[in-house]
Amino acid sequence: MSVGDALLAGADFLAALLLLVGLKAMSHPRTARRGILAAGVGMLLALLANLLLDALGRGSLRLVFLAFAALLLGGGLSAALSRRVPMTAMPQMVALFNGLGGAAAALLVFGRVLAGGSPAPLALALAVFAAPVGSASFGGSLVAVAKLQDWRLPAGRLPAHRTLTALLIAVSFALFALALLARAPELRAAAGGFALAVGFLAGVALTVPIGGADMPVVIAFYNGLTGLAVGFDGVLLHSPAMVVAGVVVGASGTMLTQLMARAMNRSLAAVLFRGFGPPAAASGPAEREPLATDPADAAIVLAYAREVVIVPGYGMAVAQAQHKLQDLARLLEKRGVRVLFAIHPVAGRMPGHMNVLLAEAGVPYDRLLDLEEANAALAVAGAVLVVGANDVVNPDARNNPASPLYGMPVLEVTRAPRVLVIKRGRGRGFSGVENPLFTAENVRLVYGDAADVLGRILGALREL
Amino acid sequence: MTDLVVLYLGLLAVLAGYELIARVPALLHTPLMSATNFIHGIVVVGALAALFTAHGTLAVAVAWGALVAASANVVGGFVTTERMLRMFRASREEPPR
Repeated sequence: MSVGDALLAGADFLAALLLLVGLKAMSHPRTARRGILAAGVGMLLALLANLLLDALGRGSLRLVFLAFAALLLGGGLSAALSRRVPMTAMPQMVALFNGLGGAAAALLVFGRVLAGGSPAPLALALAVFAAPVGSASFGGSLVAVAKLQDWRLPAGRLPAHRTLTALLIAVSFALFALALLARAPELRAAAGGFALAVGFLAGVALTVPIGGADMPVVIAFYNGLTGLAVGFDGVLLHSPAMVVAGVVVGASGTMLTQLMARAMNRSLAAVLFRGFGPPAAASGPAEREPLATDPADAAIVLAYAREVVIVPGYGMAVAQAQHKLQDLARLLEKRGVRVLFAIHPVAGRMPGHMNVLLAEAGVPYDRLLDLEEANAALAVAGAVLVVGANDVVNPDARNNPASPLYGMPVLEVTRAPRVLVIKRGRGRGFSGVENPLFTAENVRLVYGDAADVLGRILGALREL
Repeated sequence: MTDLVVLYLGLLAVLAGYELIARVPALLHTPLMSATNFIHGIVVVGALAALFTAHGTLAVAVAWGALVAASANVVGGFVTTERMLRMFRASREEPPR
């Protein structure tokens, strides 16, 4: 091993170490930012070492120029986009960058195919997996981006949609295996190119029928797939750093997929293949009419509670009401009311999205409670304010075996003596499931747009 | 690196991944996903090597495409994660104005 090679190996090792240390620092919000900075240093180290010690030495001037052009083009566009995008659009960004990673992983393996030669059996098997999967992750992530952006896509399923999707996946694997094993360079190039295109279509076909409400699961799923594809690429390219980083991400994506699916009471298979079932007649006809109240009364309820728990849902984010919510929390705290936020795992459009939106509005992270902490706090709270959340506070999930939500972990808001629900209209949640919370005895509804109602409550509080 | 060693390395990485991720609170799941996005951006290193070893126009074009996508992945992953994590504060700290 030459000195250059040894230095390069050392830099890769250090980079992998820093990436893992950075991930470990994510275990607490206090250290998390230092963690991502450490990981950034590691990545920069790996990139510079490979550029200076390896690539520049062997490339022509033309390749050096191309490399810098690619780095500046991809990096520049993406930096400009990521710095501007609002926090509500973070799920789209995560899906987009994930898809690009998948595309890169797929193209890398394709590059290897074009170079000719046959890799060792294990690398071969992994390559047959990595390229179509990376490509499918690219296609699927782009569809997820479009759905999260609310671009209209032709929804619905083709006849025999599942069979068709499965067929596309199988064809993509088969074509790529052919590309890796064939002798003739033309055949390798054609089969490999087609395999990637078919893989892309498979990702699109798999994702198009999935509803917007299931996107948290889908994003986590493709995140894991891209990670695996990158890890498998690492085997093919003899890069242990890529193996470690990719596989760790694969494990993380798999775990988050399971967590999200469980929090939504669905299996991954149900999300991918079944769509949401028809709304079942759950609670039977409501025994009583929901009782409404006005913002002024709501303000009084909140102002005289000792502790208030706020439950924000996606409706709050749609109304962009997070800053008003934080104003409300500040005002209540000035009056001596303790204010906490109860965050369901699927509140928002991706895992943990609601926490980011509230942190942006200035809510300190120690006021953001996860499901378990929140249910404990709800038992002792004086009042609860539900803003634009529906399914995640549905008591049927605990009490009614006939409900499609039955078994889903929910925030038990009726533990508090008084519950206020800000609700846009009289309809049902995304899932179309009946919610008996609204007719419960200690619940009062305040109808209207979340931002508007919160503004009125704030006004009333200031005059108290 | 023999194939078997790689297989064992992968096994350990899976376990390490699970252990690391299980410790991340639900509070940080969005930045976590964005950070893991950044971490698989290490594919940029592979893309760089692929470009410099490519022969022929098609191979160079494919590797170049991989490098553009990978650099967008790695830079975007970093910037978005850092932006999000900067916002998380405990109650005693005052938000900057």
